[in-house]
Amino acid sequence: MAAVKRPVRPALESALVWLLCAAPLLLILWWGFTGGLTANPVEFVLRELGLWGLRFLCLTLAVTLLARYSGMPRLMRFRRRIGLWAFAYVTLHLLTYLGVAHEFDWAEIATDIAKRPYITIGMGAFALLVPLAVTSADAVRRKLKPRSWRRLHRLVYLIAALGVVHYFLLVKADTRSPLLYGAIVTALLAARIPSWTGARARPAR
Amino acid sequence: MLIVNAPDLRDRDVTDHGLYLKRRQFMAGVAGLGLAACSGSSPASATALRFRPNRMPIDEARTPLDDVTGYNNFYEFGTGKEDPAKYAGMMRTRPWTIVVDGLCDRPGRYAIDDLIKRFPLEERIYRMRCVEAWSMVIPWVGFPLASLIKAVGPRSGAKFVAFETLRDPRQMPGQRSSVIQWPYREGLRLDEALHPLTLLAVGLYGQTLPNQNGAPIRLVVPWKYGFKGIKSIVRIRFTDRRPQTSWQMLAPREYGFYGNVNPAVDHPRWSQAKERRIGEFFRRKTLPFNGYGEQVAGLYRGLDPRQLY
Repeated sequence: MAAVKRPVRPALESALVWLLCAAPLLLILWWGFTGGLTANPVEFVLRELGLWGLRFLCLTLAVTLLARYSGMPRLMRFRRRIGLWAFAYVTLHLLTYLGVAHEFDWAEIATDIAKRPYITIGMGAFALLVPLAVTSADAVRRKLKPRSWRRLHRLVYLIAALGVVHYFLLVKADTRSPLLYGAIVTALLAARIPSWTGARARPAR
Repeated sequence: MLIVNAPDLRDRDVTDHGLYLKRRQFMAGVAGLGLAACSGSSPASATALRFRPNRMPIDEARTPLDDVTGYNNFYEFGTGKEDPAKYAGMMRTRPWTIVVDGLCDRPGRYAIDDLIKRFPLEERIYRMRCVEAWSMVIPWVGFPLASLIKAVGPRSGAKFVAFETLRDPRQMPGQRSSVIQWPYREGLRLDEALHPLTLLAVGLYGQTLPNQNGAPIRLVVPWKYGFKGIKSIVRIRFTDRRPQTSWQMLAPREYGFYGNVNPAVDHPRWSQAKERRIGEFFRRKTLPFNGYGEQVAGLYRGLDPRQLY
C-alpha cells in the first residue's frame, strides 16, 4: 500500500496560523512605517484594531463549526489561539482609545463611559472578555470543571454581539458594515444552538 | 481689480518657501491667460486660477494638499474617507450650471464659468472643523457668496438660502445606496449667507477645485462644522422658511440647522471640546465658532448658545 497522506508538520502548521493571526497587526505596523495610515492615523488605527477584534471574535466562533463540518478537526487545536488573538486586538483597540485617542485623560474617559452608550457597551464587552482570556491558560482551565469552563466561554457570543452593537452605535449614517457583522454573529449563534440543546439529551462524551 | 502684489500680504508666513515660489511662478505664468476652464474630457485635471492672495493673517500651518484631497467626507462617492479621492473622477464638472430660484429678482441658470469670470476670486485660508472632531487649515480660492446673492437680488421675503448638490447616481456611485436622502441639502440664514466670511469656493491651493473636494463650486462657512459646506452645488434657492438640511433630516438630535462649531455642546456620541488637527498627534482645544467668534458672534446675539450646534 502507498503511504498514508503525510500530515503537515505541526510546527509548520502552527507557525502558519500564528503568522495569519499576526498579519493584520504586522500590516498596520508596515503602514505605520510607510505612511499608509491615512491623514488621520489615530482614527484609522483605532478603527482597524477594533474591526480586527470583531473579525477575530467571529473567527473564533466559526472555528468550532468549521472543524466539525468541513472535515478539518485539526482546526480545533487553534481555537484558543485565535480567541486569544481576538483578545489581543480588542486590548490594543482599547489601549489606543485610552492612550492615544484620549491621551489618558481619565476625567474625559469617565465621562465618555458614563454618557455614551457605545463606549459603555464596548467597555462592558472588554470586561467580559478578560475572564475568558484568563481561563484560557491551561493551569487555570484545569481548576475549572469542564462544564463550567464551557458555560463560561459561551459568553463569547454575548461579547461578539456587544461588539456589533458598539460598532452599530458609533457609525454616523452608513450602518451596512455593522449590520453585516450582526448577521454573521447571528448566523454563527443560530448554527450552534441545536448542538447545545441537543447535547443535554445525549450522554456526555 | 485684481491685486496681485498686495503689500500687506501675510500669506508668506504660513507657506513653505518652495510652495510660495511655485505659486508666484504660476501666477506670473497665467497672468495673461484669464481663466482656463477645465476641459470636459479630463475633469480631474487642475488648472491654475487667478486670484487675490489671502489677506487675513493666520499663524497656523496649512494642511498639506495630499491630506486635503485624500481624506474627507463626500458621501456621494462613498462613506469611507478615501472614497472621494478614489471615485470622484467619474463626475463631469463641465458644462455645469447652477439654478438660482425662489424669492429673488433675477432667477435663472448660471454657468459656472460665467460666475468665475464675473466675480473676482480671492484666496481665503480658513480653519475647517469637521463635526467628527478633526480639523484642517485649507487655502480656498473663491468669491463671497454675498457677491452672488447681491447680483441676483433677494426679495424682501427671503430669509434663508437653500443649497442642493448634484444628484446623479451614474456619476456619484455613493448615491446608489440611500445612506442619505439624496440630493444632499444644506441651508443658511440669509444674514449668515451674506456674511463676508462665507465663501463659494472654486479652487484649492491656487488650482481649480479637485472633484473630491466639491468641484466645480462649493460652500465654505468657516465657523460652522464641515457638513454645512455643501459640495458640487447645482441649486441655490431663496426661501422664507428654514430649509431642510441633510444631516438634520437623518439625525435631528445629533446635527442642528446651525452647525456652528461649539465646544460647549457635545455631539451625543462624542465630545466637541477638542479636535485633532490633521498632521498633529495631540489634540487641540476647539474654539467657539472655530475661532471666528469676533467676526460672527453678533449674528447669534439673543439666541440660546445651547441651540447653536
